Amino acid sequence: MSSAVQSPALPKKQPSRAWRSLRRNPSAIIGALIILPIALLAILAPLLPIADPNATSWTAIRLAPNAQYWMGTDEIGRDIFSRMIWGARASLLAGTISVAIALVTGVPLGLLAGYFGGWVDMVISRITEALLAMPFLIMAIALAAFLGPSLTNAMIAIGLSAMPIIIRLTRGQVLAVKAEDYVEGARAVGLNHFEIMSRYILPNIVPPIIVQAALTIATAIIAEASLSFLGLGQQAPAPSWGSMLNTAKNFLSQAPTYALFPGLAIFLVVVGFNLLGDGLRDALDPREH
Amino acid sequence: MHIFLAKRLLVAIPTLLLVSVFVFFLQKLLPGDPVLALAGEERDPATLEAIREQLGFNDPLIVQYLRWIGAALTGDLGTSLRTGQPVLELIGQKLPVTLQLATMALGIAFLFGVPAGIYAAVRKRRAGDYTANFIALTLLSVPNFWLGIMLILLVSVNLNWLPASGYVSPLENFALSMKTMIMPALVLATGLAATLLRHTRSSMMGVLKSDYIRTARAKGLAGRNVVLGHAFRNAVLPIITLTALLFGELLAGAVLTEQIFTIPGFGKLIVDAVFTRDYAVVQGVVLCTAAGFILLNIIADVLYVLLNPRLRAQL
Repeated sequence: MSSAVQSPALPKKQPSRAWRSLRRNPSAIIGALIILPIALLAILAPLLPIADPNATSWTAIRLAPNAQYWMGTDEIGRDIFSRMIWGARASLLAGTISVAIALVTGVPLGLLAGYFGGWVDMVISRITEALLAMPFLIMAIALAAFLGPSLTNAMIAIGLSAMPIIIRLTRGQVLAVKAEDYVEGARAVGLNHFEIMSRYILPNIVPPIIVQAALTIATAIIAEASLSFLGLGQQAPAPSWGSMLNTAKNFLSQAPTYALFPGLAIFLVVVGFNLLGDGLRDALDPREH
Repeated sequence: MHIFLAKRLLVAIPTLLLVSVFVFFLQKLLPGDPVLALAGEERDPATLEAIREQLGFNDPLIVQYLRWIGAALTGDLGTSLRTGQPVLELIGQKLPVTLQLATMALGIAFLFGVPAGIYAAVRKRRAGDYTANFIALTLLSVPNFWLGIMLILLVSVNLNWLPASGYVSPLENFALSMKTMIMPALVLATGLAATLLRHTRSSMMGVLKSDYIRTARAKGLAGRNVVLGHAFRNAVLPIITLTALLFGELLAGAVLTEQIFTIPGFGKLIVDAVFTRDYAVVQGVVLCTAAGFILLNIIADVLYVLLNPRLRAQL
């Protein structure tokens, strides 16, 4: 007899209810409306009829916004509008990839700690505590410094710095879920640990992890911009909002609008993800109502 | 209380030891040979080997770690490659600057976040509440290095009201020190102010639903007395402990603020060390920050117990 026949019934999933709730949530809608157009522009950047973001023009240095250059030009005559769109790729990529790194490493470790308990939990929890004792940005800076300055290393550094929060959240959720009757039932019918974790525990702890992931993307985008601002993220001449701000701060009196656009873009995207995270929390976690 | 404190300190020791393991082995992940950085122009293999031997780099990693942590426990965090100063001395010079910045930021965040949170809780689901939430979301989402740049542009470049950069010790000239630090402190305070606003609101909303608040209102006490005298006194407990925890975040957040306003503090020290590959300083700063963070956690726990009469009675 297959284990599927014997397996206890999982609690009924109601994705449609969560989806309906999400669609009615003003925070989530506004968040999505902010993120989607920026994400589309970032994805379609190579296809858009915009200037080469690295093309310089010595006759168009530090121009104010005008009909030809909608957001003006930078200190070596590059089109800021084009660099903003290409910079969106770096920011959104850094946000999503670093959170993916945090999830891929953090969720399994949190699952193991919460499910097995005992010395496995003790070891993972102590390591998590030690990692949490190092403030996020300091740890990201130290890691990026040791790994070398590049966007990829910045993403790894941010992902690893965000990992302990995911481990702690996952562990907590597993501890709550593993005492449920259906998990006890799955254990009673002899399912192995992997099956119990992947089929009975993981699907039921996904909602709070999704919420945390959306909020962590916002933190990761600010962290990537911070690292690039410090020169530890995206390297020249590739555009990124953080490195554009770093350059712009040297030309505040000559080209004040240069510093305006990258900062506004970071702000908008972060607001978008924070709103989406809040909306997801309301839709996916009934306790928040 | 002493036993509680001793237990908390004991638990902190393995955490700090693990941090030291991370910090030490992080440097070993370095792709380059640190001896080449130390030797400068010198490329003679015999000289390089002598330096390696002298610094103990040929010893097994565990021996190197034990020697490093042993020295760290006696306050020797190594010497800065750039300045030749002991790392602990450098940290001792820079930390007061950052502490001043963080304390001022904490003051500003508290002055804004807590009253705004109380107001939002009292005006629950009304215009005042929505406005406070909107402000909190804005403050949480604004990158503070951008806010710093915009404030420099407006306040220093255009209006010429405050200096754009630099640092003056309050012991030298108090008024000028405040004038120099107020803008960086304001920038650093934004995220914390928003967090305090949200937590105060949530904590106050929980307390305002309590029976004893209803009783106080039923007895005819004035609204202000109920909110400040009864509700806030009980809602403030988690806020105080949260503040102790967030102070550590402020020290970390100071990295960017100090970079923008060219303040010679703890944060600027780590950034400069990163770019000059001064790894002893990077290790020292990370280790000290983690130790400070753990200490603040313990302070938060102790405050929580001290301020909560029910928990205090159990000790």
